Amino acid sequence: MALLQISEPDEAPPKRPRRRAIGIDLGTTNSLVASVRDDGIAVVLPDDEGRPLVPSIVHYGEGGIEVGHDAVKAQIVDPHNTLVSVKRFMGRGLADLSDARRFPYRFVDGPGMVRVTTRAGDKSPVEVSAEILRALRLRAEAQLGGPVDAAVVTVPAYFDDAQRQATKDAAKLAGLPLLRLLNEPTAAAVAYGLDHGVEGIYAVYDLGGGTFDISVLKLTRGVFEVLATHGDTALGGDDFDHRVFCWILEAAKVPPPSAEDSRLLLMRSRDAKEMLTGHESAPIVATLSTGQRIDLSLTAKVFCEITHNLVEKTLAPVRRALRDAGLKPGDLDGVVLVGGATRMREIRRAVATYFGQAPLTNLDPDEVVALGAAMQANALAGNRAKDEDWLLLDVIPLSLGVETIGGLAEKIVPRNATIPITRAQEFTTWRDGQTAMAIHVVQGERERVDDCRSLARFELRGIPPMVAGAARIRVTFQVDADGLLSVSAREQTTGVEASIAVKPSYGLGDAEIARMLRESFDHAADDMRSRALAEARVDADHVAMATDGALAADGDLLTQDERAAIDAALGRLRALREGNDADALRLAVDALNRATEAFASRRMDRGVRQALSGRAIDTLA
Amino acid sequence: MLDFARNHFELFGLPARYALDAQALDAAYRALQRTVHPDRHAASDDATRRLALQAAARVNEAYRTLGDPVERARYLLGLRGVDAFDETDTSLDVGFLERQLERRERAAEATDARDEAALDALLREVRDDAKAIESTLGELLDAQAPTAAARARVRELKFLDKLAGDLDEMLAKVT
Repeated sequence: MALLQISEPDEAPPKRPRRRAIGIDLGTTNSLVASVRDDGIAVVLPDDEGRPLVPSIVHYGEGGIEVGHDAVKAQIVDPHNTLVSVKRFMGRGLADLSDARRFPYRFVDGPGMVRVTTRAGDKSPVEVSAEILRALRLRAEAQLGGPVDAAVVTVPAYFDDAQRQATKDAAKLAGLPLLRLLNEPTAAAVAYGLDHGVEGIYAVYDLGGGTFDISVLKLTRGVFEVLATHGDTALGGDDFDHRVFCWILEAAKVPPPSAEDSRLLLMRSRDAKEMLTGHESAPIVATLSTGQRIDLSLTAKVFCEITHNLVEKTLAPVRRALRDAGLKPGDLDGVVLVGGATRMREIRRAVATYFGQAPLTNLDPDEVVALGAAMQANALAGNRAKDEDWLLLDVIPLSLGVETIGGLAEKIVPRNATIPITRAQEFTTWRDGQTAMAIHVVQGERERVDDCRSLARFELRGIPPMVAGAARIRVTFQVDADGLLSVSAREQTTGVEASIAVKPSYGLGDAEIARMLRESFDHAADDMRSRALAEARVDADHVAMATDGALAADGDLLTQDERAAIDAALGRLRALREGNDADALRLAVDALNRATEAFASRRMDRGVRQALSGRAIDTLA
Repeated sequence: MLDFARNHFELFGLPARYALDAQALDAAYRALQRTVHPDRHAASDDATRRLALQAAARVNEAYRTLGDPVERARYLLGLRGVDAFDETDTSLDVGFLERQLERRERAAEATDARDEAALDALLREVRDDAKAIESTLGELLDAQAPTAAARARVRELKFLDKLAGDLDEMLAKVT
């Protein structure tokens, strides 16, 4: 029998080695990776040349794949094979892309999600995003000195289930050990709130390259509670560039340009926009492939006129978010600006006017999301220091429901509900003898399902024939802390069950991910095997460490027999950890997980009792 | 696991009363989430993570229920075996209904006239009525009075809630 380890009463449980944890801001225009240093400070990890940002550009070139700065030039010379702003296509079908013709790509409407035809084949936005994530992972590994143990990737708060699932799939494809999807404005609030130690009600106005979010949060003694969020996942700095681009075409009387010239003019448009944050006018000079020479000057006044309604367009979600939170513009203690596009002067003016106060700009709007994600990754990985006792309570941005008779959407989980959340609703049959029920899961605020996003369809079969209205079918929605939904249905009188993790309509199938994973390893079987083993070992170390910690803290909750069973499972795991059999190691991990199930439940109970007892309620907050 | 047999009040260590100390509820909620939230267990084994998800969802549900005036009353009645929104009895006081119908007409007129002040005044009226009903409900429920009167008031409160929400929508359209 294994010897019991008994620590001194006041001794801390065995100290865990610090785990390599990273936060990634996967942006429409630029992406970043950050990590918390040993001294507790979160920093962005730059490349060899000291550049913190990675342009979110992937070039499928003749000689292979280029990502980031290396791919920037290719967007002009090889626009069809150089993918920019793919975040806009995540979890989207061709029909969803109202602005598809703005891009020089050959779109293919693949199953669930659009694909782009490149010289390397048809690529889904998930695969392209995975290339960017992989580049960031490699950068982090080089600088942190080993494989990443824990990652948090941010998503726009207003991303729906399909877009979140696509992002999660991309992280998996990139080989990232993803612990959490985190909403971008929430990440920013963490970085800002922890840095400045503020309390009160704050709004985060986050205008990125292609997405807009507004979140309202309440900060109370280390708890970041999102009260409401709203946004537009197809509104960002890109749209301002495009307005300038259209203005150039008109002002210089340019005939419809080629893909190459379009890209060139869009880049000049962005340069001009950026220059106008500090100047009253910006020159736009370019020579097109047709020989036409462009030589224009864009003034701040004209820029303001042509983009005015885009600025206005961000204020509608702001109003709705405040309304959902039950607040007025004057109720806020501060407004934090996030995203490179908030450098535009008209944005700052509009925000200041609406809220009646100057927005807070004392942090880098490009970096703050990645820094917050790194802090969250560090905390989730178990590296947090004792005094770092903070918690995020986030919400789901869009209502979830099912289709009922007449094509109407019945809401089951309302928008802005705090996650995780479980909600159930009962439905019944409408025909005599009906033995199956089709369940159509939708997301959105509209009354008709056709106006909502279809997330999944599944069938509950084997309902015993009864008269109409007699069957009781309970549909349960569960949204986890990533904001991802799973749905199950159960006929109450007979217990017939059906369930689904929402994926099929818009996500990628598991088989498809497996195929992409294989392809990404160039069919190198050895590589696959060694990777599987490495992953199994990381899992095994993780579970063993968690179990050690739990035994040290709460071992007294176990009987001698239970303790012996856990020690035995732990011993087998440790023995297999030294071998080379990934499958056996996985089984040992599962066995240990099973052996600790009852223990975990008792520990949670003890935690809850301790949280509420022995302390006066007023000291709890 | 969190004892699912405990009711929402017991879960937060609060007395099962309608008149609720909102600050105590908030504090207990945050203390519980600090313990059970999945983010506190991300580095734990599968079983613990699953439990954390269930427990945090339960705590969120309890907090939402107790924090909402209608849901809290409905829940307290439920603890006494009464379904406030049983579909076999959906009656409302005729005088009450007439007053609300009249308000809806005024609201429609104000919306057509884009009269923000009138809508605002209506909304305040409805909210004042709701507050008055809440305090009556507190007296009825916390004195353990017969449930019929409380049941009628909850239904009125829910009706006013819906009306206030609709007025809010109209106001948003007008401004």
